[in-house]
Amino acid sequence: MAEVVAVIASTHHPFYYRASTATGADRPPFADEWVRKITGFRETLTKANPDVLVMVGSDHFHQLWLDNMPQFLVGKAPFYDANWYNEEREFGLPRMLLKGQEDLSAHILRAGLDEGFDLAFSNELRIDHSVTCPIITLRPEADLPIVPIYTNIFAPPLPQPKRFVQLGQAIREIVESWPSHLRVAIIGTGHLSLELGGPRQFGPHGPDPEFDQKAVEWIATGDLDRCLAEVTLDSLHSPGNATHGFMDFMLMMGVAGAGQKADYVDSLDLFHTMEAYFTWYPNGAPR
Amino acid sequence: MSKYLVDKFLFTIDRDPELVERYREAPRETVDWWEAERANAVLNCHAGEASTWLRFTEEEREALAAHDHVKLFELGAHPFLTLTLFIAMFERDHGPLEYQKAFGARLAHFEMPYPDIAT
Repeated sequence: MAEVVAVIASTHHPFYYRASTATGADRPPFADEWVRKITGFRETLTKANPDVLVMVGSDHFHQLWLDNMPQFLVGKAPFYDANWYNEEREFGLPRMLLKGQEDLSAHILRAGLDEGFDLAFSNELRIDHSVTCPIITLRPEADLPIVPIYTNIFAPPLPQPKRFVQLGQAIREIVESWPSHLRVAIIGTGHLSLELGGPRQFGPHGPDPEFDQKAVEWIATGDLDRCLAEVTLDSLHSPGNATHGFMDFMLMMGVAGAGQKADYVDSLDLFHTMEAYFTWYPNGAPR
Repeated sequence: MSKYLVDKFLFTIDRDPELVERYREAPRETVDWWEAERANAVLNCHAGEASTWLRFTEEEREALAAHDHVKLFELGAHPFLTLTLFIAMFERDHGPLEYQKAFGARLAHFEMPYPDIAT
């Protein structure tokens, strides 16, 4: 069976690409430290030597729209074009082309449906920065095949937080039941406290540093009990109006497993929103 | 109340570079044209299968025609859509992050809970 060689949870900051490639007067003062942190984080994936990446993210009203909105969707295609005109325009993100691991997509869809998750699918999915940001930070060669999984953290009504956790737990089991010799890393990106298009946006820190501190602790210690006790669809409005993206972190806590301490934890306090990086090695840290 | 249609306007303008410029330069004309010609298009369907019932309220039409992002927030337009499109139209006239900060400051009078964005 396939082996899950790393579980990685991260924020996805669309400004990283531009900040890290800028030179001279255009290079922001925080860029060097950010690059250092990302380089260390990247090493945690490189060391695990994966063959395939399962990528959990959320479409930001690019291909998925309110006339036909899936809650959870699995891409099943041989290729995925990536990044959209408005992401080039606002963030300077490059167009990309990623290979798909179609047989793993098929396995996740079949097993997920059989386990009670009514997953939508797409045979032609153009993915956005929720998936390409972690490719840029963690695997900039963009050479590994992927299975994209999209969640709806964006367009209410949303699934409950516990459903994200349950789906994460199921994804872990399903990948481990995939009849393959390949080494799989499961990577998911979300947000800590975040405000977009509201009064608290683009402040000197994330909109709710206290929430961020708690959230990092929950993730780092795998404390799903406390996280699920405190986080509801209603409560997530308080830290910032885009904080429902935290549910993708909760999904990844489900993948990692309740009570599992992360093997690698780092964060970076930036303007607008805090960055946070976590890696678990289910079978022990690679040498 | 046609929150969905306001979001559909912001969504379809934002993804088309020509329409972004047209809405920036001639907002009222663009809103009128869009409501007459595009509001009822079912995305992903050919033109012969259009909807028949979608129209803005007067308040929504005016908010869009006036580039009034504060009113759009109050009406429950999806803030990600509003922010993304307005950055595309107006960031270029300002220094780094200046527009984004001013955009937030103009919303400072809103308290929790914010207007409902569910469609």
